[in-house]
Amino acid sequence: MMTLTKTDRTSWLLAGPMTLILAAFLVLPILTIIVVSFWAFNEFTFFPAFVFDNYLFTLTSKVTLATYLKTLQFVILTWVFCTVVGFTVAYFLAFCVKSLAWQVALFLLCTIPFWTSNIIRMISWVPFLGRNGIANSALMSLGIVKQPVEWLLFSDFSVVLAFVHLYALFMVVPIFNTLIRIDKSLIEAARDGGANGLQILTNIIIPLAKPGIMIGSIFVVTLVMGDFITVRFMSGGQSASVGRIISNEISLLQYPAAAADAVILLVTVLIMIAIMMRFVDIRKEL
Amino acid sequence: MGETRGFAFYALAAFFVLFVLFLYGPIVTIGILSFQGPKGGLTFPMNGVSLHWFYQLFQQQAVGDIWGSFRRSFTLGLMVMVVTVVVSVMSGLAFRHRFKGSAFLFYLAVASLVIPSILVSLGVGLIFNILGIDVHWMTSGFGSQLTWTLPFGLLIMFAVFNRFDKTYEEAARDLGASPWQTVRHVVLPIIGPSLIGVALFGFTLSYDEFARTLLTAGSYNTLPLEIFGMTTNVTSPVLYALGTLTTVFSLTIILVFLGIVFIAGRRRVARGSDAGKGLV
Repeated sequence: MMTLTKTDRTSWLLAGPMTLILAAFLVLPILTIIVVSFWAFNEFTFFPAFVFDNYLFTLTSKVTLATYLKTLQFVILTWVFCTVVGFTVAYFLAFCVKSLAWQVALFLLCTIPFWTSNIIRMISWVPFLGRNGIANSALMSLGIVKQPVEWLLFSDFSVVLAFVHLYALFMVVPIFNTLIRIDKSLIEAARDGGANGLQILTNIIIPLAKPGIMIGSIFVVTLVMGDFITVRFMSGGQSASVGRIISNEISLLQYPAAAADAVILLVTVLIMIAIMMRFVDIRKEL
Repeated sequence: MGETRGFAFYALAAFFVLFVLFLYGPIVTIGILSFQGPKGGLTFPMNGVSLHWFYQLFQQQAVGDIWGSFRRSFTLGLMVMVVTVVVSVMSGLAFRHRFKGSAFLFYLAVASLVIPSILVSLGVGLIFNILGIDVHWMTSGFGSQLTWTLPFGLLIMFAVFNRFDKTYEEAARDLGASPWQTVRHVVLPIIGPSLIGVALFGFTLSYDEFARTLLTAGSYNTLPLEIFGMTTNVTSPVLYALGTLTTVFSLTIILVFLGIVFIAGRRRVARGSDAGKGLV
């Protein structure tokens, strides 16, 4: 500590409260989970031990692989839709809306749902997608289907739909943020050089938007990987996800088992983030 | 883009409109359905129009403790808001200069955003369990929510200070202001409106937080936990009425905050000093 300069000390004093809060409610909890994942448990309680049973059980169970594949399926579908929707919306806001006032207004219009309750936003799909919901009534009155479509609600479809509904914004904001910083003269230059709209999009705008796409992707992927509530509610309890396994073990008070699963989830998420970071960096170097 | 508005513009505009409908359509639907008649169900058609389900919310026999949970969520939101604003500003000030360990602290904050919420919830729950302390929304719930709101606050402060013109501070220092006076009379007034943004994030993210509060709120539920509990045993439009009410509340809060930003901006323009203008 003797090597700290006066500025360093002032900075640490200022950053102290945040450091303490993150240490107490982020670092310490993760360390506790890692420790408890080696503990043992019975029907009534859990107690200190050093066993690998919790990991062995999860890693050898067939359910684990199936659940991870299922969760990955949700992640990929949600990511694809969020990216396409997020990029298109951000593109419209950044390039098609010319006046700053309109840009701010439309941006806020997209952002406001982010500040309302996720649970309510999930529930609000029920009258839309249900057996007698608006979607089915519309489809039947248009004569597209004769019977109500059953897979609209409480299915994988509704899970992904809800994910996109909840998290598309996490793509819109960072992509918009990178798009508005693109120097317009680059686009002009490309057009003067004879590039058509598609070439400008694929050779200039998308490469420059990559940092934004990456940040959005990290949000979407980690939010879906760790989710336990959207999958449970929107699938009507029928679909599994990694988060749901953990939350089920918690409700059965099997804390060490939940902790081991949480550690495996954490490692998986960190690997996925590392891959995403690398993917973008490699592309940048090319 | 540069040319006249062609097909691409209208296609993108149509896509945008669909996106907004997608965002708002469902919530508008339950807004309408919460005025369902007393004999109406969870879907259309409307069986008359009434305030029946809103009345039900105010009846004591309605499931759970809705108003108690609302009060708790509101109090917790205010607590999280205040701490998020103060701590984010302090950290934002600290991060303006690179200091020993600043990179580590930054990654810690980012990690706090991307780590699945259930881990925070489980970990904090375990610590309290092992220590033999009861979890409570005011202690464990409060701390867990801060791991979600603080990184957001810090990122906003980064954006704010990146655009901050340091010559104002230098001017204050040249005129003999102490570091505290510089922060109090120069920096804080300039970044003031952005702090309202941080406050909005702090309050609403806390008010609606679910995953991190799940195992850390204890026996007294916050509103989102209460509502989620209701989804399993309430099958009447009373759920929609509650959803509508809490969404209207959130929207009001957002409008108030945005209104403050707007008015503050106008007042600043109107009352802005004309110092120096005559010199040019």
